[in-house]
Amino acid sequence: MDLDPVLISRFQFAFVVSFHAIFPVFTIGLAAYVAVLEGLYYRTDNPVYLKLSKFWTKVFAVVFGMGVVSGIVMAFQFGTNWSNFAYSASNFLGPVLSYEVVTAFFLEATFLGVLLFGRDKVPRGLHLFSACMVAIGTFISSFWILSANSWMHTPAGVEMVDGMIQMTSWTQAIFNSSFPYRFAHMALASFITGGFVVAGVSALYLLKGSHPETSKKALKMCVVMLAVVTPMQLLVGHEHGLNTFENQPVKVAAMEGAWETKSAAPLVLFAIPDAANETNHFEIKIPYLASIVLTHSVDGVVPGLLEVPADERPPVGIVFWSFRIMVGLGMIFIAISLFSALQLYRGRLFDSPLLLKAYTWLIPAPFVAVLTGWFVTEVGRQPWMIQGLMQLDEAVTPSVTGWMALVTLIGYIAVYAVVFSAGLYYLRKVVEGGPDPLDKRSEGSDARPKRPWSAASNSLDEAPSAAGS
Amino acid sequence: MGLIDLTLIWVALIGLGVFMYVLMDGFDLGVGILFPFAPDEESRDLMMNSVAPVWDGNETWLILGGAGLLAAFPLIYTVFLPALYIGVFLLLAGLIFRGIAFEFRFKATKNKHLWNYSFFGGSTVASFAQGAVIGAYVQGFETENFRYVGGAFDWLTPFTLMTGLGVVAGYALLGVTWTIMKTEGRTQDWAYKIAPWLLGAVLVFFIVVSLWTPLTNERVMSRWFDNIGWLWIFPFVTVAFAGWIFTRLRKRAEGSPFIGSMVLFAMFYLGILISMWPYAVPPNYTFWDASSDPGSQLFLLIGFLFLIPIVLGYTAWTYWVFRGKVRPGAGYAGH
Repeated sequence: MDLDPVLISRFQFAFVVSFHAIFPVFTIGLAAYVAVLEGLYYRTDNPVYLKLSKFWTKVFAVVFGMGVVSGIVMAFQFGTNWSNFAYSASNFLGPVLSYEVVTAFFLEATFLGVLLFGRDKVPRGLHLFSACMVAIGTFISSFWILSANSWMHTPAGVEMVDGMIQMTSWTQAIFNSSFPYRFAHMALASFITGGFVVAGVSALYLLKGSHPETSKKALKMCVVMLAVVTPMQLLVGHEHGLNTFENQPVKVAAMEGAWETKSAAPLVLFAIPDAANETNHFEIKIPYLASIVLTHSVDGVVPGLLEVPADERPPVGIVFWSFRIMVGLGMIFIAISLFSALQLYRGRLFDSPLLLKAYTWLIPAPFVAVLTGWFVTEVGRQPWMIQGLMQLDEAVTPSVTGWMALVTLIGYIAVYAVVFSAGLYYLRKVVEGGPDPLDKRSEGSDARPKRPWSAASNSLDEAPSAAGS
Repeated sequence: MGLIDLTLIWVALIGLGVFMYVLMDGFDLGVGILFPFAPDEESRDLMMNSVAPVWDGNETWLILGGAGLLAAFPLIYTVFLPALYIGVFLLLAGLIFRGIAFEFRFKATKNKHLWNYSFFGGSTVASFAQGAVIGAYVQGFETENFRYVGGAFDWLTPFTLMTGLGVVAGYALLGVTWTIMKTEGRTQDWAYKIAPWLLGAVLVFFIVVSLWTPLTNERVMSRWFDNIGWLWIFPFVTVAFAGWIFTRLRKRAEGSPFIGSMVLFAMFYLGILISMWPYAVPPNYTFWDASSDPGSQLFLLIGFLFLIPIVLGYTAWTYWVFRGKVRPGAGYAGH
């Protein structure tokens, strides 16, 4: 049987990077939340903040751990499956990824140790400092990795000489034209993800009537933040889209499901794109809207997919549908956030069980939105590895056979299945344990249970004494 | 090129990074290798807690190694990884099972033993794979026009099996001497008991690999025997240090066996560099052939000169924060 190494390598990369992406997008937002909680506790001494911080740090530790182990895989994927790409682009990618390691990874990893294990070993100020360093580290990390990724979409500051990328300007390459938009879009996505997870878990407790004080506080914080951030995301996303329209019009044509170049182009709400026949079935569209959104004029020209030959078009269906799922979820986020803010203003945020239930249902939604968003931008770049400079089949490792890629793909799926199911299982235990009850606090730091972390799950332990030491 | 040979500076920097990784992740992988042999579950708790605050930072040196190679010596990155494709997968799978065991083991009750196996198996496989990488480097790679052209299992030979097992034994030695330093009582007694055996095993692997390499590789043979006038110092210092560790272990010294083991690793490391110099991707390419553009090397070097001391500074600070013995109820109990 003939297995295409390019295709399977693409599946492998898509799988490992999608699996990886769900963790950092959550931990970036959550790290900032923990740092804010630690800061508030430092200033106010209000135990609610301490309980919340401790609880969410536990969640953070599990998720961050899964992010770290799946992230190491990413550091080697370029070499194992895309070595021609890695070699050609090494003059740019190598330094950028190395800067990510020395400015971000060490910061996160080292100060996480102090954040998790050092509360009683370092002064309170230093503990807060460590929480901030972890949060800042996650942002610096996304700065570098999104710079590298954006450069693959809008390469700048380089020239191709004999198949090797040579640098002409570091600032142009690092701050390439799509980078500011992608960075802002992703940072907001992280806040939204963190916000909806914290809000969802808090709502879950409120519905069950457990941990009322901490949960109300957490939900309020999230609602205020989300009411600001979700509408901002719409604006940033729109600006990002305009940048893509300028630099990668074929991707936008796929997002819009536009085959023919049109002025006064309609916005297609629903359709089944048919790449073989270069048309859409069952279209529902709003006249003029695509031209208005993309060109800010009623009769602006929106180029279609037919502008480029078929082998330079991305798989239209994936891009088209992923985009609609992302935008649709974004609209739901905005609606529920603004409504909740209104309820909070009227003092009725906790009155409606339906609203609380909606928050619990929405816990997985931001992850879906983030992944579909990445599908849009990455699949939309196909068949280019570096837009306009290098295609996928030139980028793949020449010595990799389809079987090697397939065997390791199956291996990664098996390993990640274990990681993911175990991770979800233990996260459920942590969530079911909940934050420490507030009245316990009077025991003070000396009389704390010896293993609060285990204590969090002790209610589920069959033999708590065996778990302790 | 300019007055300074950037490539040489980068050999030193990457060399330092890889060595930091080997020492630091070496002892925590070693703790994992020893895990099933610990006397009881409480000892396992202690051992794991002794590395829990630092393992993540330690592993970051491996990522720095990968990214740094791509930046300074892209040819190493783009030949080693395709050539060791299957081995790299094993390494990563091992590191994954080892890494998640930290968080999950302490949350598990019924299934704690499964995470013990995950920690042990992951650490052992990852260590073995790293040893095999070193063996494959010594063996060399089939290349054409700066691309790997060999097969998927070229790296897997009796020699790489030997170097793989050698690194497993070596990391176990680092792990056991670390355990001596960080624990007391039953756990420490057990560590004292097995440390000499591990040291013996490491010496056996050292001797076998030291003889095997020159016998199968003419270049290495002439390197050592043409310069035997001063190179004899390396095996001599290695054996002398091994003897010193033996006596320190007998006197139940706590810190010096760990330091001695690190010196042993430094000697092995220098020995490999002496054997292989100046080849980055043997037998065809030197470090200079494997280099990236000097502009890229310089761009990163400027940042590294500021940042690496800072990284080393706060890394040292966390080791200081978590200094001393781990005691029951510390570590995962502390937060």
